[in-house]
Amino acid sequence: MLELLQYDFFTNALLAALLSSVSCGIIGTYIVSRRMVFIGGGITHASFGGIGIAYYLGMNPIVGAAVFAVLSALGINYFSQNGNIRQDSSIAIWWSLGMAIGIVFIAITPGYSPNLMSFLFGSILTVTFADLAYMAVLSAILVILFSFFFRVIVMIAFDEEFARARNLPVSFFNYTLMALMALVIVASIRISGVILVLSLLTLPQATANLFTKDFRSIMIASVFIGLIGMLAGLYISYYTDLPSGATIILLLTALFLVGKLFLTAKGFLYRRSGNSF
Amino acid sequence: MSNLLTIRDLTVSYDTKVVLERANLVVEENDFIGIIGPNGGGKTTLLKAILGLVQPQSGEILFSESMKNKRGDIGYLPQVNKFDSKFPITVFDVIHSGLAMQGKWKMGFFKKDKQRVEAIIDELGIGRFAHRPIGELSGGQMQRTFLGRALISDPRILILDEPDTYVDNQFEGELYRKLRELNQRMAILLVSHDVGTISTYVKCIACVNRELHYHRSNIISPEQLASYNCPIQIITHGSVPHTVLATHNHSH
Repeated sequence: MLELLQYDFFTNALLAALLSSVSCGIIGTYIVSRRMVFIGGGITHASFGGIGIAYYLGMNPIVGAAVFAVLSALGINYFSQNGNIRQDSSIAIWWSLGMAIGIVFIAITPGYSPNLMSFLFGSILTVTFADLAYMAVLSAILVILFSFFFRVIVMIAFDEEFARARNLPVSFFNYTLMALMALVIVASIRISGVILVLSLLTLPQATANLFTKDFRSIMIASVFIGLIGMLAGLYISYYTDLPSGATIILLLTALFLVGKLFLTAKGFLYRRSGNSF
Repeated sequence: MSNLLTIRDLTVSYDTKVVLERANLVVEENDFIGIIGPNGGGKTTLLKAILGLVQPQSGEILFSESMKNKRGDIGYLPQVNKFDSKFPITVFDVIHSGLAMQGKWKMGFFKKDKQRVEAIIDELGIGRFAHRPIGELSGGQMQRTFLGRALISDPRILILDEPDTYVDNQFEGELYRKLRELNQRMAILLVSHDVGTISTYVKCIACVNRELHYHRSNIISPEQLASYNCPIQIITHGSVPHTVLATHNHSH
């Protein structure tokens, strides 16, 4: 197993797993707590438009994805606050608009796009040094932001109105976290693709939430659950030649089910012992 | 007695709908004002204007010199049904968040204030569930938690929006006794639909039905009610607190 570490692509993949478990663990807990998962879906699919345009222009697709993701994130936030569009409708518009733009630009790009599948389904084994640098900066920003401003972020997430009444910088944090959420999604597209990326931001949190109802604990536990899922998925997909993104998601789902079964069994035993006394 | 808060000719509208029109209200130290009125009459809007959550169309809200730090000098207990009970936060952390305010929200404001959170928890007698997530609380426990958040900043004015919903009678009694005790050290503004109960506790009543009618007494006569166009129960005082229902006017 260890001999794999001599391969650059494999150490890159390990680092990517580590960095994205940190960023997904942190921002995913924020997304799940605020019930913003659907917004995350909208951002993810909108970013495909950026991937398509970047392909057409011969640029790095991640850059295009990042621009589209951030614009759609801020757009969804802005329109639902200031426009007369309901938030879920606004999300759906960005969602399909991004996909449509992506499909059109890929269709008019001459030649075959070999890496396209890796953007739809992800491939942690093709992560480049530039991707790693991007993920490292993002993880560092998130760790710093959440260490310094943890309480105010949770407070705004829990009761925005109260935070506004206290004149806290609510809009600043809302927009900053929205933009960071978009950037994390883009980074994670490398690992599990546009179609599967939402699970990286929700499955570890759902598993952690089975055992704790505390924001900080969910955040920290999600980092480790995500890391276990990604490392195991990485090894399994390497040895079995299965697609890495899908393998990781299946493992994370399995972890959730194990947790759920454990709790159910525990509850069952507890009730039984309670009855026998 | 000094004025803490003066509301002058306050008009608030959402889009084109005027919710509150030329409202005037003075809150003095140790006031205990019950705010009543029909649903959609502008009660919550009045509170939100005081809290700075809605921008008035015209008019002004003035705070006294002693209310310089107005953000922390107002304690606010919103309607608890608006909260996401699945949100991962404990009672302790909810109460603690009441300490955050403008200029005082960055890292480190927690550690030295832990004792204040514990003091409030003791005062309200909620130590038993202080470390539970809010999703596991009853209606009364939830109200107590949010009362704790409102009180921890030592407010000069305490604002409560329907604290008597989702709670049982026993808690309601406890709550009003607690409010009377708190009224020794702070002014209280209380929105309620339960006019019968609050009239035995509050000192004055304001009726909000787009316009605001207020007089320094907790007795409202049928004539006043009729002229206020305020479709509520009439309050009288006797040896036994009781309510007399006004005849309903179905013409409007």
